[in-house]
Amino acid sequence: MVYPLVLTSCQVEKTVPGPGMGDFSYVGIDAILEQMRRKAMKQGFELNIMVVGQSGLGKSTLMNTLFKSKVSRKSVQATSQEKIPKTIHIKSVSHDIEEKGVRMKLTVIDTPGFGDQINNENCWQPIMKFINAQYEQYLQEEININRKKRIPDSRVHCCIYFIPPTGHCLRPLDVEFMRRLSKVVNIVPVIAKADTLTLEERDFFKQKIREELRANGIDVYPQKEFDEDAEDRMINDKIREMIPFAVVGSDQEYQVNGRRLLGRKTKWGTIEVENIAHCEFAYLRDLLIRTHMENIKDITSSIHYEVYRVRRLNENNTAVAHANGLPQHHMTSHEM
Amino acid sequence: MAATEIARQAGEGARAVPLAGHVGFDSMPDQLVNKSVNHGFCFNILCVGETGLGKSTLMDTLFNTKFEGEPTQHNQPGVQLKSNTYELQESNVRLKLTVVNTVGFGDQINKEDSYKSIVEFIDTQFEAYLQEELKIKRTLHSYHDTRIHACLYFIAPTGHSLKSLDLVTMKKLDSKVNIIPIIAKSDAISKSELTKFKIKITSELVSNGVQIYQFPTDDETVAEINSTMNGHLPFAVVGSTEEVKIGNKMVKARQYPWGTVQVENENHCDFVKLREMLIRVNMEDLREQTHTRHYELYRRCKLEEMGFKDTDPDCKPFSLQETYEAKRNEFMGDLQKKEEEMRQMFVQRVKEKEAELKEAEKELHEKFDRLKKLHQDEKKKLEDKKKSLDDELNGFKQKKTAAELLQSQAQQAGGSTTLKRDKERKNSGFL
Repeated sequence: MVYPLVLTSCQVEKTVPGPGMGDFSYVGIDAILEQMRRKAMKQGFELNIMVVGQSGLGKSTLMNTLFKSKVSRKSVQATSQEKIPKTIHIKSVSHDIEEKGVRMKLTVIDTPGFGDQINNENCWQPIMKFINAQYEQYLQEEININRKKRIPDSRVHCCIYFIPPTGHCLRPLDVEFMRRLSKVVNIVPVIAKADTLTLEERDFFKQKIREELRANGIDVYPQKEFDEDAEDRMINDKIREMIPFAVVGSDQEYQVNGRRLLGRKTKWGTIEVENIAHCEFAYLRDLLIRTHMENIKDITSSIHYEVYRVRRLNENNTAVAHANGLPQHHMTSHEM
Repeated sequence: MAATEIARQAGEGARAVPLAGHVGFDSMPDQLVNKSVNHGFCFNILCVGETGLGKSTLMDTLFNTKFEGEPTQHNQPGVQLKSNTYELQESNVRLKLTVVNTVGFGDQINKEDSYKSIVEFIDTQFEAYLQEELKIKRTLHSYHDTRIHACLYFIAPTGHSLKSLDLVTMKKLDSKVNIIPIIAKSDAISKSELTKFKIKITSELVSNGVQIYQFPTDDETVAEINSTMNGHLPFAVVGSTEEVKIGNKMVKARQYPWGTVQVENENHCDFVKLREMLIRVNMEDLREQTHTRHYELYRRCKLEEMGFKDTDPDCKPFSLQETYEAKRNEFMGDLQKKEEEMRQMFVQRVKEKEAELKEAEKELHEKFDRLKKLHQDEKKKLEDKKKSLDDELNGFKQKKTAAELLQSQAQQAGGSTTLKRDKERKNSGFL
């Protein structure tokens, strides 16, 4: 007994008039936006940021400045004297922060020891291993039979790479690291401690960096190939012209012109962190948090993670295929 | 080389820290909503009910549009599911709405299998999603979700109780889809009868263990309205796309000689409640329940059926991959065994056939020998006969010559005259 299913797809554009044109014609489909917002507020958000750079570049301070609270590892671990570790460690710290009813679980992943040794060969390896381990963990949870309602997301959404303000060009270590990691994670390069560069030096440095990134085929966030439409491209092109952002971090407030502002006080003046004439911290904050956070998470889950998943599932198939002496295409019926 | 030390401080129970100023991530819900708006939404409703209960009309009324051009033909055997997809837009929200109708439900003489095609349809949608999810190269992001989010079950307005067909069908569907029972064409029932009817229906559902969809009450913003609405189930609805002038407004209504039933009047029917609950308040929850409860249940059952397990006897988590590979090896082994068996059987058969043929050959030889012998015997007999015949002939010839000799002798003795006479006679004969 076969019950045939008749499927007709009728694409009819019917514009239902909104409220105000007589209440009886308003259906209420757009109420779903409100429903989604409610659900999102209830669930809360997760964000995992990794900071990579040599010691002394102000990574922890920048994190604290970005999230206006003591979220970095240093603030959590009370270490009287910070020793540079002999190997690369990966330490992550999680905090629950809340703003206007929106709850977020923020995880800051620190990488002390990166680039600090004399021989820095393969120093990206432990970091890549960590990032892949997070993908692996998510994959394992996803292919379970009894799955959790919400799989905890520990995947690294964004990796902020700190470039020392030499003013010349990228170092080989920078190029190597960014080249390898831009393939597995969203990289946001920043020029650290930018208050040591004048505006001209800064612009020259940025141009040099952009050229070198292009020459080496390094695609940093926002990646050109993931622009969804013309509007996206326009917005992202503007950002791409400005990266890497030259940032200054600070968690101390000073009195400037009658207002209390975050800044760094020196003998020759006070650098205001949130003043875009002084440094580009505000742009970084807006990009990361206020406008592109969802997009960063989206690219991580729908592109980087999927690439990892495809590779992982394929490598199993090939291994078994060779063991059984079967050609690859034989597996298509049992694709997993 | 470089060692990795992964130390998760304050792990799951991360500490809460206060913020010293405005960071800006309160825009996250907005970012999320914007992304969804750009992407569009999809919602799939299944309408189950007997022919003529006003399913299509109700859909038209709910979404304020005329969906189908003509009513469906009701002359096919069995229950058919007809699915239509529409793109609706309201302000900036684009909705891909799919309405699935059951054609011919309850029309058969024997309704035992009516529910089967519905269950099959729902499972097919789950299966399609599962296949997409299990693919190696998948595009879940742009996948058109066809899983049924809500099932409106149309109850005929008899006023007494649920039909057994209804109970059986709902029982089969309650673990697969969110069921919202509604009383169709409720303008046929009076107010008092309606209350009794609703109570009867609810008690029957409870006593038969049918799990209908409960509007969620865990979110304070909507808990109150949802719990009130839960008490009004099943909704008694009236559908109409025709407009009637009441006062100075045009309203959707059904006009009778004794009065007009206004669809959107809450005193007349529960249409507004249905619309409120289905679309304006709980659409997202319906979608979520479908994904996290019904789909997960289907997935779990399907994967277990295929033989996958999460933990092996040692309680170490199996990876789906390993289980899958083990299964594949097992399957290959089975195949090989079968091949061996077949080969052996083939060899056996060949041997048997050979033996048979040999037997036949032997028989043929024997037959040939026999025939040859027979032939020789016959030949011998004939030769014997010939010999005896020759002997006889010889004997006769001898006798003949002997007789002739005797005769000639006798004639010679006193028969020379005869001889002359014979000679003369002979000569005269010649002349």
